[in-house]
Amino acid sequence: MTTLADPVIAPRRKGSTDFIQKIAIGIAILLFALAVFAPWIVPFGPLDQSLLSRLRPPLGFERFAAGHYAGTDELGRDVLSRSLYGMRLTLTLAFAGALIGLLIGGTLGLVAGLRRGWVEDGIMALVDMQIAIPFTLVALLILSLLGSNLTVLVLVLGIAGWEQYARIVRAEVRRLSALPFIEAAWTAGAGPVYIACRHVLPNLVSPLVVQFTLALSNIVILESTLSFLGLGVQPPQPSLGSMVGLGRDYMPTAPWIVLVPAALIVALTFSVQIMGDWLRDRADVRLRDR
Amino acid sequence: MIPYLIRVAVKSVVTLFAIATITFIATRLSGNPIDTFLGDGLTEEGRAELIRYFQLDGSLWQQYLAFMRGAVSGEFGLSFVDRRPVTEVVSDRLWASGQLLLASVAFTLLVAIPLGILGAIYRKSWIGSAVMMVAFAGYAVPSFILAIVMVLVFSYWLNWLPVVGNGSFAHFIMPTIAMSGVLIAALTRFTRNAMLDVLGQDFIRTARAKGLGEARVVLRHGLGNAGVTVISVIGLQVAGLAAAGSVVVESIFSWPGIGQLLVNAALVRDYPVLQFGVITVAVAVVAINALTDVSYALADPRIRLARS
Repeated sequence: MTTLADPVIAPRRKGSTDFIQKIAIGIAILLFALAVFAPWIVPFGPLDQSLLSRLRPPLGFERFAAGHYAGTDELGRDVLSRSLYGMRLTLTLAFAGALIGLLIGGTLGLVAGLRRGWVEDGIMALVDMQIAIPFTLVALLILSLLGSNLTVLVLVLGIAGWEQYARIVRAEVRRLSALPFIEAAWTAGAGPVYIACRHVLPNLVSPLVVQFTLALSNIVILESTLSFLGLGVQPPQPSLGSMVGLGRDYMPTAPWIVLVPAALIVALTFSVQIMGDWLRDRADVRLRDR
Repeated sequence: MIPYLIRVAVKSVVTLFAIATITFIATRLSGNPIDTFLGDGLTEEGRAELIRYFQLDGSLWQQYLAFMRGAVSGEFGLSFVDRRPVTEVVSDRLWASGQLLLASVAFTLLVAIPLGILGAIYRKSWIGSAVMMVAFAGYAVPSFILAIVMVLVFSYWLNWLPVVGNGSFAHFIMPTIAMSGVLIAALTRFTRNAMLDVLGQDFIRTARAKGLGEARVVLRHGLGNAGVTVISVIGLQVAGLAAAGSVVVESIFSWPGIGQLLVNAALVRDYPVLQFGVITVAVAVVAINALTDVSYALADPRIRLARS
Protein backbone atom coordinates (compact mmCIF):
# COMPACT_ATOMS: atom_id res chain seq x y z
CA MET A 1 0.00 0.00 0.00
CA THR A 2 2.00 2.93 -1.20
CA THR A 3 0.60 6.39 -0.63
CA LEU A 4 -1.40 7.86 -3.45
CA ALA A 5 0.91 10.63 -4.50
CA ASP A 6 4.34 9.12 -4.30
CA PRO A 7 6.14 10.40 -7.36
CA VAL A 8 9.19 8.15 -6.92
CA ILE A 9 7.47 4.77 -6.86
CA ALA A 10 4.39 5.51 -8.96
CA PRO A 11 4.67 3.88 -12.37
CA ARG A 12 4.80 6.26 -15.30
CA ARG A 13 1.59 5.98 -17.27
CA LYS A 14 0.19 8.12 -19.97
CA GLY A 15 -3.25 8.24 -18.35
CA SER A 16 -4.57 6.02 -21.09
CA THR A 17 -7.65 3.91 -20.53
CA ASP A 18 -7.39 0.25 -21.45
CA PHE A 19 -10.16 -2.00 -22.70
CA ILE A 20 -11.11 -3.57 -19.35
CA GLN A 21 -11.23 -0.16 -17.71
CA LYS A 22 -13.56 1.17 -20.39
CA ILE A 23 -15.94 -1.77 -19.94
CA ALA A 24 -15.83 -1.44 -16.15
CA ILE A 25 -16.56 2.29 -16.23
CA GLY A 26 -19.41 1.63 -18.64
CA ILE A 27 -20.87 -1.00 -16.31
CA ALA A 28 -20.51 1.30 -13.29
CA ILE A 29 -22.33 4.13 -15.07
CA LEU A 30 -25.05 1.74 -16.23
CA LEU A 31 -25.56 0.38 -12.70
CA PHE A 32 -25.67 3.88 -11.18
CA ALA A 33 -28.23 4.91 -13.79
CA LEU A 34 -30.35 1.80 -13.13
CA ALA A 35 -30.27 2.56 -9.41
CA VAL A 36 -31.19 6.21 -9.84
CA PHE A 37 -34.03 5.55 -12.27
CA ALA A 38 -35.20 2.27 -10.69
CA PRO A 39 -38.66 3.55 -9.67
CA TRP A 40 -39.43 4.52 -13.29
CA ILE A 41 -37.88 1.46 -14.93
CA VAL A 42 -38.99 -1.53 -12.92
CA PRO A 43 -42.16 -3.31 -13.99
CA PHE A 44 -43.28 -4.13 -10.42
CA GLY A 45 -43.10 -2.55 -6.97
CA PRO A 46 -40.46 -4.08 -4.69
CA LEU A 47 -43.10 -5.26 -2.22
CA ASP A 48 -45.83 -6.29 -4.70
CA GLN A 49 -46.75 -9.91 -4.12
CA SER A 50 -48.54 -12.20 -6.47
CA LEU A 51 -49.12 -15.48 -4.71
CA LEU A 52 -50.28 -17.19 -7.90
CA SER A 53 -46.85 -16.93 -9.50
CA ARG A 54 -44.47 -17.86 -6.69
CA LEU A 55 -40.91 -19.13 -7.26
CA ARG A 56 -41.11 -18.73 -11.03
CA PRO A 57 -37.80 -19.01 -12.95
CA PRO A 58 -36.25 -16.28 -15.15
CA LEU A 59 -36.81 -15.70 -18.85
CA GLY A 60 -35.87 -18.69 -21.00
CA PHE A 61 -36.80 -21.41 -18.50
CA GLU A 62 -39.93 -23.49 -18.27
CA ARG A 63 -42.78 -22.06 -16.17
CA PHE A 64 -41.56 -18.51 -16.85
CA ALA A 65 -44.17 -15.98 -15.72
CA ALA A 66 -44.70 -13.17 -18.21
CA GLY A 67 -43.07 -9.88 -17.20
CA HIS A 68 -40.93 -11.36 -14.40
CA TYR A 69 -37.70 -11.39 -16.39
CA ALA A 70 -35.49 -12.52 -13.50
CA GLY A 71 -38.11 -14.76 -11.91
CA THR A 72 -40.07 -14.36 -8.69
CA ASP A 73 -39.36 -15.20 -5.05
CA GLU A 74 -41.27 -17.22 -2.45
CA LEU A 75 -43.97 -14.54 -2.16
CA GLY A 76 -44.25 -13.98 -5.88
CA ARG A 77 -42.31 -10.71 -5.73
CA ASP A 78 -40.40 -9.74 -8.87
CA VAL A 79 -36.69 -10.49 -8.33
CA LEU A 80 -35.49 -7.95 -10.89
CA SER A 81 -37.56 -5.11 -9.43
CA ARG A 82 -36.46 -5.95 -5.90
CA SER A 83 -32.82 -6.19 -6.97
CA LEU A 84 -32.85 -2.77 -8.63
CA TYR A 85 -34.58 -1.20 -5.62
CA GLY A 86 -32.11 -3.01 -3.39
CA MET A 87 -29.20 -1.67 -5.41
CA ARG A 88 -30.70 1.82 -5.11
CA LEU A 89 -30.74 1.51 -1.34
CA THR A 90 -27.28 -0.09 -1.21
CA LEU A 91 -25.79 2.72 -3.31
CA THR A 92 -27.58 5.43 -1.32
CA LEU A 93 -26.19 3.99 1.90
CA ALA A 94 -22.74 3.66 0.32
CA PHE A 95 -22.67 7.29 -0.85
CA ALA A 96 -23.93 8.58 2.51
CA GLY A 97 -21.45 6.39 4.40
CA ALA A 98 -18.51 7.37 2.21
CA LEU A 99 -19.45 11.03 2.65
CA ILE A 100 -19.63 10.73 6.45
CA GLY A 101 -16.26 8.99 6.46
CA LEU A 102 -14.87 11.78 4.26
CA LEU A 103 -16.15 14.47 6.61
CA ILE A 104 -14.85 12.81 9.79
CA GLY A 105 -11.56 11.57 8.36
CA GLY A 106 -10.92 14.62 6.21
CA THR A 107 -11.42 17.04 9.11
CA LEU A 108 -9.28 15.02 11.52
CA GLY A 109 -6.58 14.53 8.88
CA LEU A 110 -6.56 18.23 8.07
CA VAL A 111 -6.27 19.15 11.75
CA ALA A 112 -3.54 16.55 12.30
CA GLY A 113 -1.60 17.82 9.31
CA LEU A 114 -1.85 21.51 10.18
CA ARG A 115 -1.44 21.35 13.94
CA ARG A 116 1.57 19.34 14.99
CA GLY A 117 2.31 18.16 18.52
CA TRP A 118 -0.07 16.33 20.83
CA VAL A 119 -3.13 16.99 18.64
CA GLU A 120 -1.50 15.17 15.76
CA ASP A 121 -0.24 12.35 18.01
CA GLY A 122 -3.72 11.90 19.48
CA ILE A 123 -5.43 11.76 16.11
CA MET A 124 -2.87 9.35 14.70
CA ALA A 125 -3.27 7.14 17.76
CA LEU A 126 -7.01 7.04 16.99
CA VAL A 127 -6.19 6.07 13.40
CA ASP A 128 -3.92 3.24 14.58
CA MET A 129 -6.63 2.04 16.92
CA GLN A 130 -9.27 2.04 14.20
CA ILE A 131 -6.93 -0.05 12.03
CA ALA A 132 -6.29 -2.52 14.86
CA ILE A 133 -9.97 -3.06 15.71
CA PRO A 134 -11.75 -5.60 13.50
CA PHE A 135 -14.51 -3.22 12.49
CA THR A 136 -17.04 -5.81 11.31
CA LEU A 137 -17.26 -7.00 14.92
CA VAL A 138 -17.77 -3.53 16.33
CA ALA A 139 -20.48 -3.03 13.70
CA LEU A 140 -22.18 -6.25 14.89
CA LEU A 141 -22.08 -4.97 18.46
CA ILE A 142 -23.45 -1.51 17.66
CA LEU A 143 -26.18 -2.72 15.29
CA SER A 144 -27.30 -5.40 17.70
CA LEU A 145 -27.49 -2.87 20.53
CA LEU A 146 -29.07 0.11 18.85
CA GLY A 147 -31.32 -1.92 16.62
CA SER A 148 -30.79 -1.75 12.91
CA ASN A 149 -32.55 1.27 11.53
CA LEU A 150 -31.18 3.09 8.50
CA THR A 151 -29.76 6.03 10.52
CA VAL A 152 -27.65 3.77 12.73
CA LEU A 153 -26.59 1.75 9.70
CA VAL A 154 -25.43 4.84 7.79
CA LEU A 155 -23.44 6.06 10.80
CA VAL A 156 -21.79 2.67 11.23
CA LEU A 157 -20.90 2.54 7.54
CA GLY A 158 -19.53 6.09 7.78
CA ILE A 159 -17.29 5.33 10.74
CA ALA A 160 -16.01 2.20 8.96
CA GLY A 161 -13.53 3.93 6.68
CA TRP A 162 -12.70 7.34 8.12
CA GLU A 163 -9.12 6.44 9.00
CA GLN A 164 -8.10 6.03 5.36
CA TYR A 165 -9.17 9.60 4.57
CA ALA A 166 -7.41 10.87 7.68
CA ARG A 167 -4.12 9.21 6.71
CA ILE A 168 -4.25 10.48 3.14
CA VAL A 169 -5.20 14.03 4.08
CA ARG A 170 -2.57 14.27 6.80
CA ALA A 171 0.20 12.95 4.55
CA GLU A 172 -0.82 15.26 1.73
CA VAL A 173 -1.13 18.30 4.02
CA ARG A 174 2.33 17.65 5.42
CA ARG A 175 3.74 17.35 1.93
CA LEU A 176 2.03 20.57 0.84
CA SER A 177 3.00 22.52 3.98
CA ALA A 178 6.65 22.12 3.09
CA LEU A 179 6.10 23.76 -0.30
CA PRO A 180 7.13 27.41 -0.74
CA PHE A 181 3.69 28.83 -1.59
CA ILE A 182 2.23 27.77 1.76
CA GLU A 183 5.18 29.20 3.60
CA ALA A 184 4.71 32.41 1.64
CA ALA A 185 1.07 32.55 2.72
CA TRP A 186 2.04 32.14 6.39
CA THR A 187 4.64 34.86 6.00
CA ALA A 188 2.07 37.13 4.43
CA GLY A 189 0.03 36.78 7.61
CA ALA A 190 -2.70 34.37 6.48
CA GLY A 191 -4.45 32.46 9.26
CA PRO A 192 -4.69 28.66 9.50
CA VAL A 193 -8.34 28.54 8.41
CA TYR A 194 -7.65 30.71 5.36
CA ILE A 195 -4.65 28.59 4.37
CA ALA A 196 -6.60 25.35 4.88
CA CYS A 197 -9.52 26.48 2.71
CA ARG A 198 -7.73 28.52 0.09
CA HIS A 199 -4.45 26.68 -0.45
CA VAL A 200 -4.63 23.16 0.97
CA LEU A 201 -8.16 21.91 0.22
CA PRO A 202 -8.04 22.47 -3.56
CA ASN A 203 -4.93 20.29 -3.73
CA LEU A 204 -6.64 17.50 -1.83
CA VAL A 205 -9.48 17.04 -4.28
CA SER A 206 -7.98 14.41 -6.54
CA PRO A 207 -6.59 12.04 -3.87
CA LEU A 208 -9.89 12.32 -2.02
CA VAL A 209 -11.94 11.51 -5.11
CA VAL A 210 -9.86 8.35 -5.56
CA GLN A 211 -10.27 7.32 -1.92
CA PHE A 212 -14.01 8.09 -2.05
CA THR A 213 -14.43 5.73 -5.01
CA LEU A 214 -12.53 2.92 -3.32
CA ALA A 215 -14.49 3.53 -0.11
CA LEU A 216 -17.76 3.20 -2.04
CA SER A 217 -16.87 -0.32 -3.06
CA ASN A 218 -15.72 -1.27 0.46
CA ILE A 219 -18.92 0.06 1.98
CA VAL A 220 -21.05 -1.83 -0.54
CA ILE A 221 -19.30 -5.00 0.64
CA LEU A 222 -19.70 -4.15 4.34
CA GLU A 223 -23.36 -3.19 3.98
CA SER A 224 -24.16 -6.29 1.94
CA THR A 225 -22.38 -8.49 4.45
CA LEU A 226 -24.23 -6.97 7.43
CA SER A 227 -27.59 -7.18 5.63
CA PHE A 228 -26.81 -10.75 4.60
CA LEU A 229 -26.27 -11.65 8.27
CA GLY A 230 -29.62 -10.04 9.14
CA LEU A 231 -28.09 -7.06 10.95
CA GLY A 232 -28.28 -4.43 8.24
CA VAL A 233 -31.29 -3.43 6.17
CA GLN A 234 -34.36 -5.13 7.65
CA PRO A 235 -37.08 -6.92 5.67
CA PRO A 236 -39.38 -6.33 3.90
CA GLN A 237 -37.23 -3.49 2.55
CA PRO A 238 -34.97 -5.04 -0.10
CA SER A 239 -31.20 -4.63 -0.13
CA LEU A 240 -28.90 -6.74 -2.26
CA GLY A 241 -27.26 -8.38 0.76
CA SER A 242 -30.48 -9.21 2.58
CA MET A 243 -31.97 -10.69 -0.61
CA VAL A 244 -29.02 -13.10 -0.79
CA GLY A 245 -29.38 -13.88 2.92
CA LEU A 246 -33.12 -14.55 2.81
CA GLY A 247 -32.97 -16.38 -0.52
CA ARG A 248 -30.58 -18.99 0.87
CA ASP A 249 -33.42 -21.20 2.05
CA TYR A 250 -34.72 -21.53 -1.50
CA MET A 251 -31.35 -22.06 -3.13
CA PRO A 252 -31.73 -25.72 -4.15
CA THR A 253 -34.98 -25.09 -6.02
CA ALA A 254 -34.90 -21.37 -6.88
CA PRO A 255 -31.27 -20.25 -7.15
CA TRP A 256 -32.14 -17.10 -9.13
CA ILE A 257 -33.42 -15.41 -5.97
CA VAL A 258 -29.83 -15.48 -4.72
CA LEU A 259 -27.87 -15.30 -7.96
CA VAL A 260 -29.42 -12.12 -9.40
CA PRO A 261 -28.65 -9.84 -6.41
CA ALA A 262 -25.29 -11.59 -5.88
CA ALA A 263 -24.31 -10.89 -9.49
CA LEU A 264 -25.29 -7.24 -9.07
CA ILE A 265 -23.15 -6.89 -5.92
CA VAL A 266 -20.12 -8.38 -7.68
CA ALA A 267 -20.68 -6.24 -10.80
CA LEU A 268 -20.92 -3.17 -8.58
CA THR A 269 -17.82 -3.80 -6.48
CA PHE A 270 -15.77 -4.95 -9.48
CA SER A 271 -16.59 -2.00 -11.71
CA VAL A 272 -16.29 0.61 -8.97
CA GLN A 273 -12.92 -0.74 -7.86
CA ILE A 274 -11.56 -0.73 -11.39
CA MET A 275 -12.87 2.81 -11.73
CA GLY A 276 -11.04 3.74 -8.53
CA ASP A 277 -7.78 2.31 -9.87
CA TRP A 278 -8.30 4.16 -13.13
CA LEU A 279 -8.87 7.43 -11.26
CA ARG A 280 -5.77 6.76 -9.18
CA ASP A 281 -3.63 6.38 -12.30
CA ARG A 282 -4.99 9.61 -13.70
CA ALA A 283 -4.50 11.45 -10.42
CA ASP A 284 -0.86 10.34 -10.37
CA VAL A 285 -0.27 11.66 -13.85
CA ARG A 286 -1.74 15.02 -13.00
CA LEU A 287 0.38 15.32 -9.90
CA ARG A 288 3.44 14.39 -11.90
CA ASP A 289 2.83 16.83 -14.73
CA ARG A 290 2.49 19.83 -12.48
CA MET B 1 15.74 -3.43 20.39
CA ILE B 2 14.50 -3.09 24.00
CA PRO B 3 12.97 0.40 23.58
CA TYR B 4 11.29 -0.85 20.42
CA LEU B 5 9.76 -3.82 22.31
CA ILE B 6 8.54 -1.50 25.06
CA ARG B 7 6.90 0.75 22.50
CA VAL B 8 5.13 -2.24 20.92
CA ALA B 9 3.93 -3.42 24.35
CA VAL B 10 2.61 -0.01 25.36
CA LYS B 11 0.80 0.40 22.05
CA SER B 12 -0.85 -3.02 22.46
CA VAL B 13 -2.00 -2.36 26.02
CA VAL B 14 -3.42 1.07 25.15
CA THR B 15 -5.29 -0.38 22.16
CA LEU B 16 -6.78 -3.18 24.27
CA PHE B 17 -7.83 -0.72 26.98
CA ALA B 18 -9.52 1.45 24.36
CA ILE B 19 -11.32 -1.51 22.81
CA ALA B 20 -12.59 -2.70 26.20
CA THR B 21 -13.85 0.83 26.90
CA ILE B 22 -15.53 1.09 23.51
CA THR B 23 -17.37 -2.20 23.99
CA PHE B 24 -18.49 -1.06 27.44
CA ILE B 25 -19.79 2.27 26.14
CA ALA B 26 -21.47 0.52 23.21
CA THR B 27 -23.37 -1.90 25.46
CA ARG B 28 -24.62 0.95 27.64
CA LEU B 29 -25.56 3.34 24.80
CA SER B 30 -29.09 2.04 24.59
CA GLY B 31 -29.76 2.26 28.33
CA ASN B 32 -29.86 -0.85 30.45
CA PRO B 33 -28.93 -3.85 28.28
CA ILE B 34 -31.31 -6.16 30.12
CA ASP B 35 -34.27 -4.08 28.85
CA THR B 36 -33.16 -4.38 25.24
CA PHE B 37 -32.60 -8.10 25.69
CA LEU B 38 -35.96 -8.89 27.27
CA GLY B 39 -38.22 -6.17 25.91
CA ASP B 40 -41.52 -5.54 27.70
CA GLY B 41 -43.67 -7.95 29.61
CA LEU B 42 -41.53 -8.33 32.72
CA THR B 43 -42.61 -7.42 36.25
CA GLU B 44 -40.70 -4.70 38.10
CA GLU B 45 -39.46 -7.19 40.69
CA GLY B 46 -38.34 -9.68 38.07
CA ARG B 47 -36.48 -6.94 36.25
CA ALA B 48 -34.80 -5.68 39.43
CA GLU B 49 -33.77 -9.20 40.33
CA LEU B 50 -32.24 -9.81 36.89
CA ILE B 51 -30.39 -6.51 37.06
CA ARG B 52 -28.87 -7.53 40.39
CA TYR B 53 -28.14 -11.02 39.05
CA PHE B 54 -26.19 -9.71 36.07
CA GLN B 55 -24.64 -6.92 38.23
CA LEU B 56 -26.09 -4.07 36.20
CA ASP B 57 -27.05 -1.94 39.21
CA GLY B 58 -25.02 1.06 40.38
CA SER B 59 -24.04 4.15 38.46
CA LEU B 60 -22.46 3.87 35.01
CA TRP B 61 -19.11 4.86 36.44
CA GLN B 62 -19.29 2.15 39.12
CA GLN B 63 -20.30 -0.37 36.47
CA TYR B 64 -17.37 0.68 34.33
CA LEU B 65 -14.91 0.30 37.20
CA ALA B 66 -16.41 -3.09 38.08
CA PHE B 67 -16.17 -4.13 34.43
CA MET B 68 -12.52 -3.10 34.21
CA ARG B 69 -11.69 -4.80 37.53
CA GLY B 70 -13.37 -7.96 36.25
CA ALA B 71 -11.58 -7.68 32.90
CA VAL B 72 -8.17 -7.52 34.58
CA SER B 73 -8.92 -10.61 36.68
CA GLY B 74 -10.46 -12.43 33.73
CA GLU B 75 -14.15 -12.19 34.71
CA PHE B 76 -16.53 -10.86 32.11
CA GLY B 77 -19.93 -11.75 33.52
CA LEU B 78 -22.58 -14.30 32.54
CA SER B 79 -24.24 -14.98 29.22
CA PHE B 80 -27.85 -13.71 29.18
CA VAL B 81 -28.93 -16.82 27.29
CA ASP B 82 -27.39 -19.81 29.03
CA ARG B 83 -26.17 -18.10 32.22
CA ARG B 84 -22.70 -19.58 32.03
CA PRO B 85 -19.61 -17.36 32.35
CA VAL B 86 -18.96 -15.83 28.93
CA THR B 87 -15.31 -16.82 29.20
CA GLU B 88 -16.44 -20.48 29.14
CA VAL B 89 -18.94 -19.92 26.33
CA VAL B 90 -16.28 -18.31 24.15
CA SER B 91 -13.35 -20.58 25.01
CA ASP B 92 -15.44 -23.63 24.09
CA ARG B 93 -15.33 -22.35 20.54
CA LEU B 94 -11.73 -21.19 20.26
CA TRP B 95 -10.39 -24.43 18.83
CA ALA B 96 -12.85 -24.67 15.95
CA SER B 97 -12.10 -21.10 14.90
CA GLY B 98 -8.39 -21.66 15.33
CA GLN B 99 -8.45 -24.70 13.05
CA LEU B 100 -10.25 -22.84 10.31
CA LEU B 101 -7.93 -19.85 10.66
CA LEU B 102 -4.80 -22.02 10.46
CA ALA B 103 -6.14 -23.85 7.41
CA SER B 104 -6.95 -20.53 5.72
CA VAL B 105 -3.59 -18.93 6.45
CA ALA B 106 -1.75 -22.03 5.22
CA PHE B 107 -3.83 -22.14 2.04
CA THR B 108 -3.36 -18.41 1.51
CA LEU B 109 0.43 -18.61 1.81
CA LEU B 110 0.53 -21.62 -0.50
CA VAL B 111 -1.42 -19.81 -3.21
CA ALA B 112 -0.56 -16.15 -2.78
CA ILE B 113 3.24 -16.23 -2.55
CA PRO B 114 3.79 -18.23 -5.77
CA LEU B 115 1.13 -16.10 -7.50
CA GLY B 116 2.77 -12.90 -6.31
CA ILE B 117 6.19 -14.06 -7.52
CA LEU B 118 4.77 -15.08 -10.91
CA GLY B 119 2.99 -11.74 -11.15
CA ALA B 120 6.26 -9.89 -10.56
CA ILE B 121 8.41 -11.98 -12.93
CA TYR B 122 5.90 -12.03 -15.78
CA ARG B 123 4.71 -8.49 -15.17
CA LYS B 124 4.49 -7.64 -18.84
CA SER B 125 2.94 -10.84 -20.21
CA TRP B 126 -0.57 -12.23 -19.93
CA ILE B 127 0.47 -14.29 -16.89
CA GLY B 128 1.07 -11.10 -14.94
CA SER B 129 -2.27 -9.65 -15.99
CA ALA B 130 -4.03 -12.89 -15.04
CA VAL B 131 -2.44 -12.78 -11.59
CA MET B 132 -3.60 -9.19 -11.11
CA MET B 133 -7.13 -10.12 -12.17
CA VAL B 134 -7.18 -12.90 -9.56
CA ALA B 135 -6.03 -10.45 -6.91
CA PHE B 136 -8.65 -8.00 -8.05
CA ALA B 137 -11.42 -10.58 -7.99
CA GLY B 138 -10.51 -11.57 -4.45
CA TYR B 139 -11.10 -8.00 -3.30
CA ALA B 140 -14.27 -7.46 -5.28
CA VAL B 141 -16.14 -10.68 -4.43
CA PRO B 142 -17.43 -10.54 -0.84
CA SER B 143 -16.75 -13.75 1.10
CA PHE B 144 -20.45 -14.48 1.63
CA ILE B 145 -21.07 -14.53 -2.11
CA LEU B 146 -18.05 -16.74 -2.73
CA ALA B 147 -19.35 -19.11 -0.04
CA ILE B 148 -22.95 -19.13 -1.27
CA VAL B 149 -22.00 -19.78 -4.88
CA MET B 150 -19.67 -22.61 -3.85
CA VAL B 151 -22.45 -24.17 -1.77
CA LEU B 152 -24.82 -23.91 -4.73
CA VAL B 153 -22.41 -25.51 -7.20
CA PHE B 154 -20.49 -28.07 -5.15
CA SER B 155 -23.15 -29.09 -2.62
CA TYR B 156 -26.54 -28.67 -4.26
CA TRP B 157 -25.74 -29.21 -7.93
CA LEU B 158 -22.74 -31.54 -7.96
CA ASN B 159 -23.31 -33.07 -4.52
CA TRP B 160 -19.57 -33.27 -3.85
CA LEU B 161 -19.10 -31.43 -0.58
CA PRO B 162 -21.05 -31.22 2.71
CA VAL B 163 -22.52 -27.82 3.68
CA VAL B 164 -22.54 -27.86 7.47
CA GLY B 165 -20.32 -29.29 10.16
CA ASN B 166 -16.59 -29.63 10.72
CA GLY B 167 -16.00 -33.36 11.04
CA SER B 168 -13.80 -34.30 8.12
CA PHE B 169 -11.35 -32.92 5.59
CA ALA B 170 -14.17 -32.40 3.09
CA HIS B 171 -15.84 -30.07 5.58
CA PHE B 172 -12.78 -27.81 5.52
CA ILE B 173 -12.59 -27.22 1.77
CA MET B 174 -15.32 -24.63 1.15
CA PRO B 175 -14.96 -22.64 4.41
CA THR B 176 -11.19 -22.44 3.91
CA ILE B 177 -11.53 -21.18 0.34
CA ALA B 178 -14.24 -18.70 1.31
CA MET B 179 -12.09 -17.35 4.15
CA SER B 180 -9.00 -17.18 1.95
CA GLY B 181 -10.42 -15.23 -1.00
CA VAL B 182 -9.74 -11.76 0.38
CA LEU B 183 -6.55 -12.87 2.10
CA ILE B 184 -5.14 -14.26 -1.15
CA ALA B 185 -6.01 -11.03 -2.93
CA ALA B 186 -4.26 -8.90 -0.31
CA LEU B 187 -1.18 -11.08 -0.05
CA THR B 188 -0.76 -11.66 -3.79
CA ARG B 189 -0.85 -7.96 -4.51
CA PHE B 190 1.55 -7.25 -1.74
CA THR B 191 4.00 -10.03 -2.61
CA ARG B 192 3.99 -8.89 -6.22
CA ASN B 193 4.68 -5.25 -5.37
CA ALA B 194 7.34 -6.12 -2.81
CA MET B 195 9.03 -8.46 -5.33
CA LEU B 196 8.88 -5.79 -8.04
CA ASP B 197 10.58 -3.30 -5.73
CA VAL B 198 13.28 -5.77 -4.76
CA LEU B 199 13.91 -7.19 -8.24
CA GLY B 200 14.65 -3.69 -9.50
CA GLN B 201 17.51 -3.23 -7.02
CA ASP B 202 21.20 -3.21 -7.86
CA PHE B 203 22.07 -6.26 -5.78
CA ILE B 204 19.79 -8.38 -7.95
CA ARG B 205 21.73 -7.32 -11.01
CA THR B 206 24.93 -8.16 -9.13
CA ALA B 207 23.57 -11.60 -8.26
CA ARG B 208 22.74 -12.24 -11.92
CA ALA B 209 26.16 -10.93 -12.96
CA LYS B 210 27.79 -13.40 -10.58
CA GLY B 211 26.19 -16.08 -12.71
CA LEU B 212 23.63 -17.33 -10.20
CA GLY B 213 20.68 -19.28 -11.59
CA GLU B 214 17.45 -17.37 -12.08
CA ALA B 215 15.62 -19.49 -9.51
CA ARG B 216 18.25 -18.71 -6.88
CA VAL B 217 18.21 -15.00 -7.74
CA VAL B 218 14.43 -14.79 -7.46
CA LEU B 219 13.91 -17.01 -4.43
CA ARG B 220 16.96 -16.37 -2.27
CA HIS B 221 17.83 -12.78 -3.11
CA GLY B 222 14.41 -11.59 -4.21
CA LEU B 223 11.98 -13.34 -1.88
CA GLY B 224 14.51 -13.27 0.95
CA ASN B 225 14.36 -9.50 0.93
CA ALA B 226 10.74 -9.02 -0.07
CA GLY B 227 9.81 -11.43 2.73
CA VAL B 228 10.27 -8.72 5.36
CA THR B 229 7.56 -6.59 3.82
CA VAL B 230 5.36 -9.61 3.22
CA ILE B 231 5.54 -10.60 6.90
CA SER B 232 4.23 -7.21 7.89
CA VAL B 233 1.18 -7.51 5.68
CA ILE B 234 0.42 -11.05 6.85
CA GLY B 235 0.08 -9.72 10.36
CA LEU B 236 -1.47 -6.33 9.81
CA GLN B 237 -4.03 -7.06 7.12
CA VAL B 238 -4.67 -10.74 7.56
CA ALA B 239 -5.62 -10.52 11.22
CA GLY B 240 -8.37 -7.98 10.64
CA LEU B 241 -9.64 -9.53 7.42
CA ALA B 242 -9.70 -13.01 8.95
CA ALA B 243 -11.70 -11.78 11.94
CA ALA B 244 -14.31 -10.27 9.62
CA GLY B 245 -14.27 -13.31 7.34
CA SER B 246 -14.75 -15.82 10.14
CA VAL B 247 -17.99 -14.11 11.21
CA VAL B 248 -19.50 -14.58 7.75
CA VAL B 249 -18.02 -17.92 6.80
CA GLU B 250 -18.68 -19.64 10.13
CA SER B 251 -22.31 -18.61 10.14
CA ILE B 252 -22.85 -19.82 6.57
CA PHE B 253 -21.27 -23.21 7.15
CA SER B 254 -22.55 -23.57 10.75
CA TRP B 255 -18.95 -23.83 11.84
CA PRO B 256 -18.98 -24.04 15.65
CA GLY B 257 -16.49 -21.22 16.17
CA ILE B 258 -16.43 -17.73 17.62
CA GLY B 259 -17.66 -16.04 14.46
CA GLN B 260 -20.90 -18.01 14.44
CA LEU B 261 -21.29 -17.48 18.19
CA LEU B 262 -20.99 -13.71 17.74
CA VAL B 263 -23.54 -13.49 14.94
CA ASN B 264 -26.02 -15.53 16.97
CA ALA B 265 -25.34 -13.43 20.07
CA ALA B 266 -25.87 -10.26 18.01
CA LEU B 267 -29.18 -11.54 16.65
CA VAL B 268 -30.58 -12.45 20.11
CA ARG B 269 -28.82 -9.50 21.80
CA ASP B 270 -26.77 -11.52 24.25
CA TYR B 271 -24.44 -8.58 25.04
CA PRO B 272 -22.08 -10.12 27.57
CA VAL B 273 -21.16 -12.79 25.02
CA LEU B 274 -20.89 -10.25 22.22
CA GLN B 275 -18.79 -7.94 24.36
CA PHE B 276 -16.38 -10.64 25.42
CA GLY B 277 -16.26 -12.12 21.91
CA VAL B 278 -15.25 -8.76 20.47
CA ILE B 279 -12.61 -8.38 23.18
CA THR B 280 -11.27 -11.90 22.53
CA VAL B 281 -10.94 -11.29 18.82
CA ALA B 282 -9.40 -7.88 19.49
CA VAL B 283 -6.84 -9.49 21.81
CA ALA B 284 -6.00 -11.97 19.06
CA VAL B 285 -5.67 -9.20 16.47
CA VAL B 286 -3.56 -7.01 18.75
CA ALA B 287 -1.36 -9.97 19.71
CA ILE B 288 -0.81 -10.86 16.06
CA ASN B 289 0.00 -7.24 15.29
CA ALA B 290 2.49 -7.11 18.16
CA LEU B 291 4.10 -10.38 17.02
CA THR B 292 4.28 -8.93 13.53
CA ASP B 293 6.02 -5.81 14.78
CA VAL B 294 8.51 -7.95 16.68
CA SER B 295 9.20 -10.39 13.85
CA TYR B 296 9.52 -7.44 11.50
CA ALA B 297 12.14 -6.04 13.82
CA LEU B 298 13.94 -9.40 14.05
CA ALA B 299 13.97 -9.75 10.27
CA ASP B 300 15.25 -6.23 9.70
CA PRO B 301 18.80 -5.66 10.98
CA ARG B 302 18.28 -1.89 10.86
CA ILE B 303 15.75 -2.21 13.71
CA ARG B 304 17.27 -5.27 15.39
CA LEU B 305 20.68 -3.70 15.83
CA ALA B 306 19.51 -0.15 16.52
CA ARG B 307 20.72 1.45 19.73
CA SER B 308 18.36 3.84 21.43
